[in-house]
Amino acid sequence: MTESSANKPANGQVCHRVKNGVKPGRNGFIKNHHHYHHQQPMYCYPEDKVQHTACNGSSSLGLYSRPFIESFEETPMLVAVLTYMGYGILTIFGYLRDFLRDWKIERCHIAREREEQRDFVPLYQDFENFYTRNLYMRIRDSWNRPICSVPGAKVDLVERVSPDYNWTFDYTGKVVEGVINMGSYNYLGFAENTGYCADASAEVTMKYGVGVASTRQEMGNLDRHEEMEELVAKFLGVESAMAFGMGFATNSMNIPALTGKGCLILSDELNHASLVLGARLSGSTIRVFKHNNMQSLEKMLRDAIVHGQPRTHRPWKKILILVEGIYSMEGSIVRLPEVIALKKRYRAYLYLDEAHSIGALGPGGRGVVDYFGLDPRDVDVMMGTFTKSFGAAGGYIGGRKELMEYLRSHSHSAVYAASMSPPVVEQIIASMKCIMGEDGTTLGRDRVQQLAENTLYFRRRLTEMGFIIYGNNDSPVVPMMLYMPAKIGAFGREMLKRNIGVVVVGFPATPIIESRARFCISAAHTKDMLDTALSVISEVGDLLQVKYSRQKRLPSLD
Amino acid sequence: MRMDFKYLKEYLGWLYYQYLLITGIYVLEPWEKSIFNSVLFSSMAMVIYASYAFVPVHVRLALKFFSGICGEQPERTMALIN
Ligand SMILES: Cc1ncc(COP(=O)(O)O)c(C=O)c1O
Repeated sequence: MTESSANKPANGQVCHRVKNGVKPGRNGFIKNHHHYHHQQPMYCYPEDKVQHTACNGSSSLGLYSRPFIESFEETPMLVAVLTYMGYGILTIFGYLRDFLRDWKIERCHIAREREEQRDFVPLYQDFENFYTRNLYMRIRDSWNRPICSVPGAKVDLVERVSPDYNWTFDYTGKVVEGVINMGSYNYLGFAENTGYCADASAEVTMKYGVGVASTRQEMGNLDRHEEMEELVAKFLGVESAMAFGMGFATNSMNIPALTGKGCLILSDELNHASLVLGARLSGSTIRVFKHNNMQSLEKMLRDAIVHGQPRTHRPWKKILILVEGIYSMEGSIVRLPEVIALKKRYRAYLYLDEAHSIGALGPGGRGVVDYFGLDPRDVDVMMGTFTKSFGAAGGYIGGRKELMEYLRSHSHSAVYAASMSPPVVEQIIASMKCIMGEDGTTLGRDRVQQLAENTLYFRRRLTEMGFIIYGNNDSPVVPMMLYMPAKIGAFGREMLKRNIGVVVVGFPATPIIESRARFCISAAHTKDMLDTALSVISEVGDLLQVKYSRQKRLPSLD
Repeated sequence: MRMDFKYLKEYLGWLYYQYLLITGIYVLEPWEKSIFNSVLFSSMAMVIYASYAFVPVHVRLALKFFSGICGEQPERTMALIN
């Protein structure tokens, strides 16, 4: 199994010509949509073409106004085998260490079953605990690094050393300065402590204080909040919007308000934990479709409509499709035009989580809807967070007026949560106005453009170097495959040695063999920084031998 | 000569590093590394020794056996004819 079975293409339409270990694409498409028929030959590519254009970009007939190029190169067989072998060896040593701890030969530094609770249900025996104890702990220094400056394009880290192989850390008192930050979701570079937004927030702090410790429905409703909600609605192009103090809670508390028993939720398999939690809390039936696979989604929709609820066969009360704009681990962009076509055809509702795409995509920075040039009113619930592109915190929901009024009185996080802190609200207002150009400058637009350019440049260079890069060409989230467990730790450490801060990701967040490093491109990165980062990545890539790609690409000129 | 030696040393260092990464023992503590290395190398040494010590004997026996099957047949038939 060289890829998680869930990602296997399940479609008859994609031409399965596998050459150079590359499959044409693992996504499916809507069946029998008349636009697709005359474009069928697009799916069969000459063998050295790797990427896979979902729909003809030049054709105005298609659902897509621009080429949709997304690639997921297959894991090389040998690498997969070696990765499993590596995990096998580490697991054996994990058992050895657990054995030593059990027999009290070695001190145990982590929580474990207590003597008094011997006959209770065991708490620390499942695989994830084993993994944390025996694998994650060994390379823990690549995560949760404490910082001591603004997490902008460059960041200062607090230096730490571990005397006992990452069980504890000591601070040396030194600071690692000027580390190029490739890990923050700072897409538009609004994480700043100087400049227009920071000044505005400071001013509001002086005037309003930092919070009112009450809910919006009691004393916590300030004029700033209302102004922000109006601005968000205008920015998104929807009738009305509302904001919450926490992005995670926006998902996990509003989905239960929207659906309940007797409703069906169709959720993408790679949806964020907050969406999953919300769907589970709602008590609706949840069915999971393959990642970004429109065939799988259509099949589920059809089944849902044909068969209705299990046993009773009554029709579902509501069908809600949950998708994200940009998937933060795969770097893929949702096939929104196709989702909307399906949703319209089968009369389902669509909930779009734009946490990563708002600000980062589209010519005006208005997210995937803007990117594909669609009508925001086609999406029933537009959700997003202020945590990423806006350099603030919190989440929003946008949609029709009646929907917002309903949510205002029914959503747990609208009723019970403390209202947002005014400086944070001001940061959102200031940065959003900047993106919209309402501050009278083109700074915001320049940032959006800069981000798009940086993304294309960075992705192109990495692919040319021979790394396996996942995702859409326009997505500022760039996952680079590492696969082997030791390389996760080694990559993080070697990059930090060379003054680049990166995020490495392994199991629970990804399938066990698909460990990766994830770069997040920012508009604040200058070309120099990107070039430095790229040359270091190339150097470390050679050292660790992670240039796995077997596609031959000619480097383009420039 | 000296340069060659330096290169060789560097190359061996690189090779060992790759070995550490691929087997995953890069993340282990030194004592675990040495356990893994000694188990691996001793078992490899045993395999090599075993193949050196026993394979020639077995090959010779096998050859004899097969030549016994294939070689004797004509003789017997000959005898019968005679
Ligand atoms: C898709 C998605 N939804 C929601 C959230 C939660 O947002 P917040 O961090 O603002 O709570 C995240 C954040 O990581 C996310 O990636």
